[in-house]
Amino acid sequence: MAKSLGPVKRKFSPWTDPSAVPFIRFENVTKRFGTFTAVNDLTLDIYEREFFSLLGPSGCGKTTLMRMLAGFEEPTSGRILLQGKDISGVPPYRRPTNMMFQSYALFPHMSVEKNIAFGLEQDNLPKGEISARVEEMLKLVKLDQFAKRKPAQLSGGQRQRVALARSLAKRPKVLLLDEPLGALDKKLREETQFELMDIQHTLGLTFLIVTHDQEEAMTVSDRIAVMDKGIIMQVATPAEIYEAPSSRYVADFIGDINILEGTISKTEAALGAPGAIHIDSDGIAVKVEQECQAVQGDKVAFAVRPEKVRISPEQPADTSVNAVYGEVWDIGYLGDFSVFLVRTADGRIVRAAQANVSRLVDRPITFGDMVWLTWSADAGLVLTR
Amino acid sequence: MATVSEPQTGDRSNPARWLVVAIPYIWLLLFFAVPFLIILKISFSDTAISIPPYTPVFEGFGAIGDYLSQLDFENYLFLTDDPLYFQAYISSLRIALISTFLLLLIGYPMALAMARAPSSIRPTLVMLVILPFWTSFLIRVYAWIGILKPDGLLTLLLQTIGLMGPDDQVQIFRTDYAVFIGIVYSYLPFMVLPLYAALEKMDNTLLEAASDLGCPPWKAFWKITFPLSLPGVIAGSMICFIPITGEFVIPDLLGGADTLMIGKTLWTEFFSNRDWPLASAVAVVLLLMLVVPIAIFQNQQKKVA
Repeated sequence: MAKSLGPVKRKFSPWTDPSAVPFIRFENVTKRFGTFTAVNDLTLDIYEREFFSLLGPSGCGKTTLMRMLAGFEEPTSGRILLQGKDISGVPPYRRPTNMMFQSYALFPHMSVEKNIAFGLEQDNLPKGEISARVEEMLKLVKLDQFAKRKPAQLSGGQRQRVALARSLAKRPKVLLLDEPLGALDKKLREETQFELMDIQHTLGLTFLIVTHDQEEAMTVSDRIAVMDKGIIMQVATPAEIYEAPSSRYVADFIGDINILEGTISKTEAALGAPGAIHIDSDGIAVKVEQECQAVQGDKVAFAVRPEKVRISPEQPADTSVNAVYGEVWDIGYLGDFSVFLVRTADGRIVRAAQANVSRLVDRPITFGDMVWLTWSADAGLVLTR
Repeated sequence: MATVSEPQTGDRSNPARWLVVAIPYIWLLLFFAVPFLIILKISFSDTAISIPPYTPVFEGFGAIGDYLSQLDFENYLFLTDDPLYFQAYISSLRIALISTFLLLLIGYPMALAMARAPSSIRPTLVMLVILPFWTSFLIRVYAWIGILKPDGLLTLLLQTIGLMGPDDQVQIFRTDYAVFIGIVYSYLPFMVLPLYAALEKMDNTLLEAASDLGCPPWKAFWKITFPLSLPGVIAGSMICFIPITGEFVIPDLLGGADTLMIGKTLWTEFFSNRDWPLASAVAVVLLLMLVVPIAIFQNQQKKVA
């Protein structure tokens, strides 16, 4: 069966256009529950037709932020604007947003088609139009044969599709997805991610998704907001978040990364200009080619992704910078990749990932081997926060 | 893999197992089936001035043929002769139906409020509903006499707050109204608890989903909450309707001379007229009438499970 590969990624970046008007705007929004501050003075713009992710650990305030947009919670202070209009005080049933719930929240006493028709019936649309729209939605999520079934007679994946169809049926201006794929197994989740992107592209809607799964956020989003303790740590495209995290928190939260704490020993360029930065991290000398945001003597962190670190049993020509010597402490075999945990003389662990390009079962590097880890000057980055 | 000693599920020879299964059946046999058969037997016999006050129809196993030939439906035929019985049945069903409806009307909002209350105070609320059971049912009904009688507490209260002149009196006692008050009061916990059980386990995100899809709260109640609480509504209604139909104490203590209920008729036949066979026939017909709602109830319970 030919599988849909999702839409071709379009050139879409309204956030770089200063004249673009945001579709949704959170303006200094704060939400407190008793003494607990779930969302803290948060400002965020989301653009029309954007697939936007709120990513963070549980309790970071991402779900609260979404529930405020849906109308289930009111901000303690601040404003939420939808198409330039303040929507505070508007009850959920009058908001042009629809939500797909984490638990799906399907009505157990109604059939699949009744569930999907529910929202349309509230708008008092003519019967013919409702049934046409229901049929269209059933086709969209490939559940045509299941129209008469009750939710209890469906599998988890099918229920998830009904929930999606129900939330899409009213063609909301914004679709809110609260951990939509959390209950699905990995294979089905990946398939559904591409389908979601397909649907979002076809219908031209704005999607706001809450997730704690970074891979999911990376796959589907135009932009990601990484949240922690009620504030936004970084808002950027998936590639920017991964390759240029703005802080130790974001770097550590997204993917695997080596972080070496150290002090800047020398910079070869003026502040704000590109050039080489030298960092001393307890004897490991690091050289980074980067636009410099710090000066000599600053405490910083050097961060480099494991897949950008080369591992070799042979000593490289230049061991003065960006080279670490150590013992292979542990190996994680992931099939496509192997991750080597290398222990330096002073006990620090540096990780290197290597694609398993050959089908050798016995790897040339194994436990206890002494190896060299090296990386190029543009492989990593300096984090000041 | 470690093997845990498997439970002996297939061991049907274990006498303890049979005993556990048999106890409820023995109970039902002794305290339901046997008494019912005795009543059934009496209902087919004739009145006699003796102790017990009926002619025996069954004497030893040898007389089975005799017994069958003597079987007569005289008592049942008599029930159709005198309109009193028919009216008593109808009146009982009417009172039970109206009472159940009133109970639902009062009990549902109570149960809903309890189910929506903060989970920390819910056990207290359930406790308050059960609390009246700590006092004897009879005493509580007698207390209502004190409240409802013409010179009772209700009259006093209405006179004190000025809604009623000093010479007026509340004329509720010994009417059907007093019976309804007594029944609704006594049976309310039996209505509230099953409703609460059904409403409490409802997922609140369903209401959020309804609201999100454009359904205002009052409409969501009829579209989501009420249909999902139907098993509780049916359970509560049956648990109340069935015993109310046969209710004797409340109409006897609070009702008037013209309050006609089958429970009272039954009492009169047994103890005033000492016509045990006829009274037994009345009881058997009542039971047959109630089998229908009981069957509905059972069927619903099966569907829920």
